[in-house]
Amino acid sequence: MRLAEWIDVGRIDELGRLDTPVHRLDARAKAVTVLAYIACVMSYHRYEVVALAPLALFPIVMSSLGRIPWGFLWRRMLVAAPFVLAVAVFNPLLDRAQVTALGPIGISGGWLSFSSIMLRFVLTVSAALALIACTGIYDLCSGMERLGLPGIFASQILFLHRYLFVLGDEAQRLARGLAVRGFRPRVLRLRVYGSLLGHMLLRSVARAERIYCAMVARGFDGTIRTQRPGMLRLSDAAFVFGWAGYFAAARAWNLSALLGDWLVRVAR
Amino acid sequence: MTEPILEARDLHYSYPDGTEALRGVSFSVASGEALAVVGANGAGKSTLLLHLNGYLQPSRGELRLKGQPVTPATVGQARRAVGMVFEDPDDQLFMPTVHEDVAFGPLNFGVPYEEIDQRTSQALAQAGAAHLKDRPPYMLSAGEKRAVTIATALALQPEILVLDEPSSHLDPRGRRRLIELLKALPQTRIVATHDLELVVEVCSRVIVIDSGVIAAVGETVELLNDEELMLAHGLERPHILRHLHPH
Repeated sequence: MRLAEWIDVGRIDELGRLDTPVHRLDARAKAVTVLAYIACVMSYHRYEVVALAPLALFPIVMSSLGRIPWGFLWRRMLVAAPFVLAVAVFNPLLDRAQVTALGPIGISGGWLSFSSIMLRFVLTVSAALALIACTGIYDLCSGMERLGLPGIFASQILFLHRYLFVLGDEAQRLARGLAVRGFRPRVLRLRVYGSLLGHMLLRSVARAERIYCAMVARGFDGTIRTQRPGMLRLSDAAFVFGWAGYFAAARAWNLSALLGDWLVRVAR
Repeated sequence: MTEPILEARDLHYSYPDGTEALRGVSFSVASGEALAVVGANGAGKSTLLLHLNGYLQPSRGELRLKGQPVTPATVGQARRAVGMVFEDPDDQLFMPTVHEDVAFGPLNFGVPYEEIDQRTSQALAQAGAAHLKDRPPYMLSAGEKRAVTIATALALQPEILVLDEPSSHLDPRGRRRLIELLKALPQTRIVATHDLELVVEVCSRVIVIDSGVIAAVGETVELLNDEELMLAHGLERPHILRHLHPH
């Protein structure tokens, strides 16, 4: 299971336990800010690329202060990238009208929207990943629940995360079982893969049932509770309003262009 | 005679696929007692244990906890009174740290926030796992995981502790620690296991279960010494008893 090792699912929980200023913020404050951020990034015109650049500050600051390694964010983004590429890749082919020029090179609308989609993907996904890595999935789900997310959705997210490990474990065990019996993955045998997948599903379902049973035995009733009861502090409010103000400013004025103008003026 | 803390009356249970796992199981457990449930694979031990906290409801018969029948309405009390330790610790531990895992039960049962830390520390200390407090559970050894799962149950301050195969996957030292811990706990203990030597050391009374019915009940040494009975139900006479009663 090279992919599983490479993605290293447990890492996000390890990072979630760090103690940094970002980790100490209330999960709700972070969740609200990231949601506002995503909404802001998505609200730009489809050809917009340059004006989005200042928004990169948010994920950069979050992950630097939260001590989230760039490699961690980058690897996970690469996994999702093919899906976004598949969405964006047709834009340059379909939309060929030239809308702007970079020096002597004409740039079509398709390439602009392609770049815009990829940039938005990097911004929003890195912000969401940084949010989970700076909060921990359990606190995050509990925070979202207290924000009004129906308990059933919060539990869904929690279990999705939890069962990822279960699936990964089962897959690893199956792969080992195959390897000791001399199975070479390069030979594609559909029948074997079919029965493997079926097995994995059944075993995961059985395991999921046991996990659920163990949770119920300790009083789990669908509500996610944490030990840190919600007391929003001043720092939480400052975080939310500070960033919201920055997003609004970036949305209202093209900060890249302003910075460019200013630099040009200073240079003169 | 005092009233039994737990009493099973004619429990029947069939799985949805029609397998009859329990076919009329009756027994009672006295407060503070250590009772072993032994039997071959598939005899119905685990199914029986899942009834003890109301996770499964019998299709016939009833389970009484401190004189009160366990029904869907009273199942919350049953879960609080009965701490469960399952066979595979990986099924039970899922929080990012040991401390949070032990706190999971008390939080669910509405223990006040101020008391949670004290409860978890106390439970961890009792299970001999105080030093593991801040570790992630999936990094622990099998013995450490077992100790933590026992702490997760103890944190609920249950009156009855139910353990399914507690000594599986443990090395001899881990198993020895477990035995000493089980002997020292004041709670009523119900242990389902194939580890008959553990039964001899920990439990005073044994239930032999076979094909969903109780084949024999009795005092540990007497029952487990009955070679014929043991072999008939897929078990064996534990070696340790040969030394206790040399012939």
